[in-house]
Amino acid sequence: MKKLLSTLALVSAFTFSSFAGDGDKIPVATVKKMDGSKVSSSTFSNNGKPIIISFWATWCKPCKKELDAIAENYADWTKETGVKLIAISIDDARSSGKVVTDVKTKGWEYEVYIDENQDFKRAMNVNNVPHTFIVDGNGKIVWSHNSYTEGDEDKLYENVKKVAKGEKLDH
Amino acid sequence: MVYFALMMRNSILKSSVTATFLLTFILNPFNGKSQTGSDEINAIHGNFQIDAQYYNPDSLIGAPNVPEKMLSNAFANINYQKGKFSAGVRYEAYNNVMQGFDPRYKGQGVVNRFVRYQDNLLDVTVGNIYEQFGSGLILRTYYEPGLLYDNSLDGIRVISNPYKGVTFKGLVGRQRSFFTLGPGIVRGVDGEININEALDSVLKNVKTKVILGGSFVSKFQTDADPDFHLPENVGAYGGRLSVIHEGFNFFGEYVMKENDPNAGNFVIVEGDKYYSYQKGDAVFLSASYAMKGLSFLVQAKRVDNMNFRSDRDANLQNLIINYLPATTKQHTYLMPAYNPYATQPAGEVGGLAEIQYKAKKGTLIGGPYGMDITLNYSQANGLKQNGISDTATSSKLYTTNYGEMGTNYYHDFFIEINRKFSKKIKGTFMYAHQFYNKNIVQFGSPFAGFNDINSNIGVVDITYKYKSNSAIRFEFQALFRDNTDTLNLGSWATGLIEWNPNSHIFVAVLDQFNYGYPDQHVFSEVNKDSPLQTALEDAGLVSIAKGMNIHYGLITAGYNSGPHRISVSYGKQRAGIFCVGGVCRNVPASNGFAISITSSF
Repeated sequence: MKKLLSTLALVSAFTFSSFAGDGDKIPVATVKKMDGSKVSSSTFSNNGKPIIISFWATWCKPCKKELDAIAENYADWTKETGVKLIAISIDDARSSGKVVTDVKTKGWEYEVYIDENQDFKRAMNVNNVPHTFIVDGNGKIVWSHNSYTEGDEDKLYENVKKVAKGEKLDH
Repeated sequence: MVYFALMMRNSILKSSVTATFLLTFILNPFNGKSQTGSDEINAIHGNFQIDAQYYNPDSLIGAPNVPEKMLSNAFANINYQKGKFSAGVRYEAYNNVMQGFDPRYKGQGVVNRFVRYQDNLLDVTVGNIYEQFGSGLILRTYYEPGLLYDNSLDGIRVISNPYKGVTFKGLVGRQRSFFTLGPGIVRGVDGEININEALDSVLKNVKTKVILGGSFVSKFQTDADPDFHLPENVGAYGGRLSVIHEGFNFFGEYVMKENDPNAGNFVIVEGDKYYSYQKGDAVFLSASYAMKGLSFLVQAKRVDNMNFRSDRDANLQNLIINYLPATTKQHTYLMPAYNPYATQPAGEVGGLAEIQYKAKKGTLIGGPYGMDITLNYSQANGLKQNGISDTATSSKLYTTNYGEMGTNYYHDFFIEINRKFSKKIKGTFMYAHQFYNKNIVQFGSPFAGFNDINSNIGVVDITYKYKSNSAIRFEFQALFRDNTDTLNLGSWATGLIEWNPNSHIFVAVLDQFNYGYPDQHVFSEVNKDSPLQTALEDAGLVSIAKGMNIHYGLITAGYNSGPHRISVSYGKQRAGIFCVGGVCRNVPASNGFAISITSSF
């Protein structure tokens, strides 16, 4: 009986998700800047222009491939759409010291934060890295994608361009 | 709000059913309403993952007979957030838990629920809490579904920011242990001050950034031992410092722990294990210098008697309070990750050094697209214990000093080159030499009876992007080892072909070929009386074991769309140790069909 009630309650909780859907604000969690200072995710903004939020880790090869691929064209993307990329590292104490050396050596011009105990990752319901989100000019999450395969960055940018123009995205 | 939260907690502790209903009750009023306050978050989201595998027994590779035939792990998180208020539940189900995980995960239920209120001054959470003090040396609770690691604290946490740059945290609770809670109570406080933020008017032109922190954690567990006088309260405390000046970064933390005799803090005297009444301490240092295209990183760590659990009899990954990061290279390819290293909490000293260099494009080394080079060396040794006395109840069994090291547990020299050859072709080339003290790292005792392992490992990984969104990737890996102790040792050659016809689909074929396998004599000796040896004998396969070469073939296909992903695989998987973030699990060999579905919504 106890299990049954649990399950029923859980199922009913599920049904509420239908009203939420895409287009919600970024949930609130505290992350660290590379200089160690704390920042709330509620301060993420880009003056009405789109934001890409990319969850990655120093030990995640596909994540770094994706961020490298974006880096090649990032200057053009920024110029054309005003987009900003926020890279959220989920490295824990073992490898969080490597975040700054990876980012600087690679010359990534992204805004980088460290989510050392994965508070923001949990708030964003990320299962695995890489996981990439697009946030529109009103600060609402309108698109997300898990995993990276070669060329995904082209698709990502197509969507960023649409969001920058205020168009709706289809999945 | 706090009063309400406290009421919630009392109810929550009584039963998970109540918890779920309370959450449902909380959520209900919002369901019918349109979103209030357009700038305020008001949303329910979640994620889930289901893994299931059908197991065929396979005595050749040591895959055991699984009576249930099929095993599965699943979880779902549902999080609700409205303005400054959030709540969440996680349901987990193991019917029964898959091979390689702790069998104490059995059954299903709501194992995690919390309610949280956050504003600029105060952040209060009741229910299951994930928290980290400093780098985690004395307290870190976290959740890693891939390893089934969850040491969350079920209790209350208050975080306060009374002044800019200043953070105080306090918490109390009991830790999750499978589907119940551990017997010990854990309490902790932590304070941190960001000097530059706190004194911003005075220091606004100062380029050096300094953060100071300190923490205290204590656990309580009654002493019911008839023979030993065991401390019921065990305190641990420490301080940390972070200094950043332009490209230079330094982080250091030092912690101490009062004497804490438990199953993991032991000394070995003449082959026997004894509780250690010795105090523990740990230091973790990380320094780096980075500029565009070039960086240096040095890390050092020393731990002594730092096994810290809320139950002194807990074993494996159960009820651990702290986190001791491994300071060795974290590998991503299969072969270099074959013998992964995990910190030895009873005693270890080690460190790593890494240089990264990015050769610019258009230079001789960089070629037309640039090239990345990484060089890494890491090592871990035991502590040299002096003056081990033979009285088990002595309060000071041994001394160590910071200038001396004990036996080598692990070392790893690693070089990796990443190079793009054309718009379509890029490659990774890697070489590593590793030393692995199998007795200590895998069995926690110098007397486990295995030989050390020396390996030379090479990886070539080529990606051919034949059109936008379509690519083929080839991996060749070789692992040459001098050790043939047991099944899965010897040397390996591995090949992988992965095809992405478009961004939604992937198909991969993997073959791991184990050759130079132990001869029958050694194999029988090591596996004497083991179920594997019995299984081989029953199957009449013992003679085949001599000079046996085994292919572990695996085919995997997957589909992903947005935040949803499904993959299926069929074939043989070798036994091995799989690690994420420094926590490892032993997975036996398997032969069969597996499916995995993950989704966020």
